[in-house]
Amino acid sequence: MGRTSKLLLSAAAAVLAGTMPALSAWQPQKPIEFVATAGPGGGTDNLARAVQNIITKHKLVEQPIVVVNKGGGSGAEGYVYGKASAGDPHKVIFGTSNAWQQPLVSKVAFNYTDLTPIAAMAQDEFLLWVKQDAPYKTAGDYLKAASSGEFKMGGAQSKDTDEVLTRMIEKAGHIKLTYIPFKSGAETAVQLAGGHLDSHVNNPSESLGQWRGGTQRPLCVFSPKRLPQGAKVTATEGWGDVPTCVEQGLDIKQYEQPRTVWLPGKVTPDQAAFYVELMKKVQATPEWKDYIEKSSQIDTFLTGAELDSFIKDDLERVRQVAGEQGWLVK
Amino acid sequence: MDNLGELLHGFSIAVTLPHLALMVIGVLLGILVGVLPGLGAPNGVSLLLPLTFGMQPVSAIILLSSMYWGALFGGSVTSILFNIPGEPSSVATTFDGYPMARDGRPTRALATAFGSAAFGALIGVILITFLASWVAQVALAFGPAEYFAVYFLAFASFVGMGGAAPIKTVVALAIGFAIAAIGIDTVSGSVRLTMGVDELVKGVNFVVAVMGLFGIGELLVAVEEEFHARAVSSKIEWREVFRAIGRLPRHSVALLRSAAIGCWMGITPGGPTAASFMSYGIARRFSRRGRYFGTGEVEGIISPETADHAAGTSALLPMLSLGIPGSATAAVMMGGLMIWGLNPGPMLFVDQKDFVWGLIASMYVGNIVAVVLVLLTVPVFAALMRIPFVVIAPLIVIICVVGAYSVSNSYLDVVMMLGFGVVGYLFKKLFYPLAPLVLAIVIGDKAEDAFRQSMLISKGTLGIFFANKLVTCLIVAGIALLLLPLVLQLPRLWRKPASAATETTAQETAREKVTI
Repeated sequence: MGRTSKLLLSAAAAVLAGTMPALSAWQPQKPIEFVATAGPGGGTDNLARAVQNIITKHKLVEQPIVVVNKGGGSGAEGYVYGKASAGDPHKVIFGTSNAWQQPLVSKVAFNYTDLTPIAAMAQDEFLLWVKQDAPYKTAGDYLKAASSGEFKMGGAQSKDTDEVLTRMIEKAGHIKLTYIPFKSGAETAVQLAGGHLDSHVNNPSESLGQWRGGTQRPLCVFSPKRLPQGAKVTATEGWGDVPTCVEQGLDIKQYEQPRTVWLPGKVTPDQAAFYVELMKKVQATPEWKDYIEKSSQIDTFLTGAELDSFIKDDLERVRQVAGEQGWLVK
Repeated sequence: MDNLGELLHGFSIAVTLPHLALMVIGVLLGILVGVLPGLGAPNGVSLLLPLTFGMQPVSAIILLSSMYWGALFGGSVTSILFNIPGEPSSVATTFDGYPMARDGRPTRALATAFGSAAFGALIGVILITFLASWVAQVALAFGPAEYFAVYFLAFASFVGMGGAAPIKTVVALAIGFAIAAIGIDTVSGSVRLTMGVDELVKGVNFVVAVMGLFGIGELLVAVEEEFHARAVSSKIEWREVFRAIGRLPRHSVALLRSAAIGCWMGITPGGPTAASFMSYGIARRFSRRGRYFGTGEVEGIISPETADHAAGTSALLPMLSLGIPGSATAAVMMGGLMIWGLNPGPMLFVDQKDFVWGLIASMYVGNIVAVVLVLLTVPVFAALMRIPFVVIAPLIVIICVVGAYSVSNSYLDVVMMLGFGVVGYLFKKLFYPLAPLVLAIVIGDKAEDAFRQSMLISKGTLGIFFANKLVTCLIVAGIALLLLPLVLQLPRLWRKPASAATETTAQETAREKVTI
């Protein structure tokens, strides 16, 4: 998708540039607050701090930037804060797809429409992980063994991305899994290492250390094609060696978690455009490439109409799963 | 021993002039954020984190961990002097530390706390040094059922000791559990008990609760009783610092027991908070002077402080070898590890020997640096107690308001903090115990998650809590601690069939120990 997205991107940028004659029309007037909708140390927090670091290092903005963590309620705290700050262009909210997924399944006091989308900056992939000494070598073996109905699948949070994917696996593989929610992906990885679970669907960075340490290994990746090769993780294998799930007979073509950037609602197009430009500049730096590589994410940049349609597609997919499971809030 | 050689190599990395300088800077900054209202170790470390991006990973972790040691020590200062615990793990220190400081012995209270904390940390590091590989394996054996058993044990050891009237303890616990349930539930993903207040989705922050319950609550009681109207005339003497340290070996049993509890809770991921509460509860049960606990007993300070630091130190091991952060500060440091390009996990000990052993060696040196610096500050902090109450009281209100606000820049938190102040006051006036309430707020939701995860795994049968030796031992120990006071009461009931008499004595004891 790399080349097409870049084309679309420049088209989108051209459209934006056309509608707004002077991009530098608006500049931040006071210190900017980066709101990470996660606790310190998580993936979203790391993104916010990496962006802050890059902006400060390259002096991309005159004003100082502070990062605050509002990770309560699985991130809802940060989004509610963003909603309450409507019209304030000095607050930037960093989140994931739960900006639109969470309002579907729990009674939180915000919706993604209360915020102004700026960009989706990086995508985390999902893989199917099993314990190192598990007998199955492929996703096919796993599905066969799981048909006993006794398998325990762990994940971060309830009715969130991990559980949605788990329910999709159940449907595609005609199996039944017991889903056990934990607080974070790192915790889930340790539970698998200790043999308290049979599998989980962690992002690469959440299980990287465990894979290298030989406590668990990935069976397949939920992506249309294999991941870029990169450096070897274990002595013999790297991310590029992990087959796709479709290759192995688990028919889920694509499942990703975008890292999203938002402004509060009711900001002017000028203000939104300023941050779109800013994030593009951030993405062009070598430090950004370094961050993407170290956190084993996929570089991406969606904004404008492209981001809107991405959100709509994802929302439809989640709504379907949530509807089947009876999770939708009335 | 292989490890000893590695450790010596580590010392050659840690004990260099630039690294020693980093330790001193880190510790001083840490004491500062520990003492300042509402900052605390996690915030301090995350503020410093961006500065470390250009450093060598080993220098960066030495700076951050030194700051952590400093903040842990600094956090005890406000607990002891003003009854305002800055971290969950220093709540138990207030129970005896604050009465002792109020009693005119702030120097002794601070010196005792720092001395025993250093001892706990030392035992924790020694454990890490020699049992690194074994400890990593122990933590892996902990699934949800085992987690629940550890929390159950912590509750049992504290609750079962029967300080206050049992029914009041149960009421306090229940209120605590209800407060812990506010916000998003991990297991079902639904929003609970927000009572129409949107912002409550984030749950109730611990700092907000304790600042109100302890800081403001105590203040209200004091204002009413005009008890502290005059300043404490404490003599500031250097000799008193050394005398307090010199007296520590007399309490070697308490020190060793608390260090053992701390290490155990640090390795099994129970964490420093559960460790300090449990250690305090057990000390009170088994100390000869148990009935005086809560009035300024030396062992009431030694036990929680030693266990807290032993657990805090040994908890760094699961963080490095498994990637589970034992505390909020450890979580920030783990984020740092990833940014420096290191991945916490079993291979860190193999791939990054310089880093791991440099860090472990720095823990020895850093703690010594921290304890020396912090002991130097004791007379300064103790002098704060000379300030008259009329000056201190508004300061405490300011500290609590600023502290509550700065947790997440939210006005609602300030209102809640004041509300908790009233609750704390009522609890004191009505002789309800605060400790079970706080314990339930801090680990209640974790215990609940663990229980419900276990039930999901076992498909609803309680048999999972007796499924293997480890979990059975923990649960049986917990039940035993719960039942012990009942069993001890039995013979007395036998002898005195007239229950009225026992009831009055029970009430008297309850009244005696109301401060807890």
